[in-house]
Amino acid sequence: MTQDRRAILGFLLAGVALHVGLALTGLWYAWAWPAIGASFVLLILICERIGRHVPVRARKTYERTLALGFPVLLLAVWELAGALELISPIWFPPPSAIGRALWDVSVNYDRFSETSLLGRPWLIPQEYAQGGLAAVGTLLSESHLLATLGRVFAGFLLGAIPGILLGVVMGLNQTVRLMLDTTLAAIYVLPKIAIFPVVMLMFADPFGEGPKIVVVALSVFILMTINTMTGVRNIDPVYLMAGRNYGAGPLQMLRHVILPGAMPVIFAGLRIALGTAMIVIISVEFLRAKQGVGYMTFYHWEVLVPEKMYAGLVVVMILGVTLTGLLHWLQKRLMPWKR
Amino acid sequence: MAPSDPKISARNVTKVYQTASGPMTAVDDFSLDVAEGEFLAIVGPSGCGKSTFLRMLAGLEDISSGQLTIRPGADPSTPLNSVVFQEYAIFPWKTVIQNVAFGLQMRGVSERARMDVARGWLDRVGLAKFADHYPHQISGGMKQRVSIVRALANDPEVLLMDEPLGALDAQTRVVLQEELLRIWEETRKTVVYITHSLDEAVLLGDRVVLMSAQPGRILDVYQIDLDRPRSIDTMNLPAFAEYRAAIWDRLSAEVTRAMEMQP
Repeated sequence: MTQDRRAILGFLLAGVALHVGLALTGLWYAWAWPAIGASFVLLILICERIGRHVPVRARKTYERTLALGFPVLLLAVWELAGALELISPIWFPPPSAIGRALWDVSVNYDRFSETSLLGRPWLIPQEYAQGGLAAVGTLLSESHLLATLGRVFAGFLLGAIPGILLGVVMGLNQTVRLMLDTTLAAIYVLPKIAIFPVVMLMFADPFGEGPKIVVVALSVFILMTINTMTGVRNIDPVYLMAGRNYGAGPLQMLRHVILPGAMPVIFAGLRIALGTAMIVIISVEFLRAKQGVGYMTFYHWEVLVPEKMYAGLVVVMILGVTLTGLLHWLQKRLMPWKR
Repeated sequence: MAPSDPKISARNVTKVYQTASGPMTAVDDFSLDVAEGEFLAIVGPSGCGKSTFLRMLAGLEDISSGQLTIRPGADPSTPLNSVVFQEYAIFPWKTVIQNVAFGLQMRGVSERARMDVARGWLDRVGLAKFADHYPHQISGGMKQRVSIVRALANDPEVLLMDEPLGALDAQTRVVLQEELLRIWEETRKTVVYITHSLDEAVLLGDRVVLMSAQPGRILDVYQIDLDRPRSIDTMNLPAFAEYRAAIWDRLSAEVTRAMEMQP
């Protein structure tokens, strides 16, 4: 106990001495990054010593503080580094500037591109009073976020449901599996964004929503087929035997044995597919879109407004975290036996 | 078929597997009758095809040649057989009571009726308070109890048990053997019981079939005339020891032979 306390004090003093020493000798600017790095190492050492003495009931709080405190600290260092001009505040704007930009794109309407990030939902009552539901629709159709969400949802559903069904068939039927396995494996390794031009050719309006949704659906479809097939094949055959022996017909087998049996692997697949869908949709919006979070991000890069570009990245991040959380919630609802 | 006909009849049943190194006979020329209400135990060294025979009887595997039939009962809606698997095979994604009610659910019995039946069976094996638990929350012994009452709740013509206690520890095994004896006295179902434990076979069975290894053939059939109802104390009777010794003579020779054959 006393030993750890002494060590913590020592690390603290070492950190302070390092920075003060560098500042006094005028070397701080030149050595700022290594010094900050060393400070982080000292911080880890200190936290580890503290962790040894956290009582069991405070353990959760301690863990949460570490998990959430560190990113906050990172942002603070970033902010400080910008203010001290250790990094260029123009190209790497500090978090506060990004926050302001995020607020800016959230509340303001871009007259030039006739879009806004959220679609200005606070105008809904007013628009509804003037033009009814149609007017609300027009209002919301200006939203980057809703455009991206719509594409991801549509593509996800369009890809996941057929993917799961085909995966089940391939898992159960050897003939279908042998015929399709190599083909799927070949398409699987192909970056889906690379076939976007081909997908565009399939549509009467290559620049419309169709190709964007389909390219997301395609990448989700391939992943879900392969994952579901693996999940179905990994079901212990004794469950299939039990199902048959207790009189389950084909549809009952699917509902009571095969789908629940493959569910853990299906959900692992959905999680990966969601990540892939995000990559694909953002890339597609970079390439060819007049709307969407990806478009907004890339547009602000092209017109050299870095804060707003970062704001776009933050939105993508929030979107990804929210959708993953949604999937997690769904998994808990559908798989109560996994606690 | 008349009611006096055997409940199960096997005529020259043979099972041949095609393997890369040529055909392998798992069960060879197996002929046997099982009477209604009889408890038949089958013992033999591992790899003697006893589980294969049970799966063929359950309709889970094809027969290469011969005939294997279970005589249907008066009520055509009653399932012919239900299997209790060694690995429990109760569904991890269903609660205990949903597992027990599974067979009835597959046959379209209403939710209420099947839950009543299932609850009744769980009561009889002391698992009522675990009805809404998932299998991963209960012990191995409890899982096998669930597996057994899942079969009984299905009320089949014939109960097929494939080394049901094989995966349990010695103490739990004894407890479950007693429980099996008690339940069987109450229901008097026709049972085919596969085991590698000679004690278990003699304790539970009206007859014990001894099988040889590769190819699986019937070596001998022993009538066990121990009084019913039996219990664990039955194992202390001199007659029990005599049956056991007589069968063990043949079985040990078989086990040695089977071990030497293994690559």
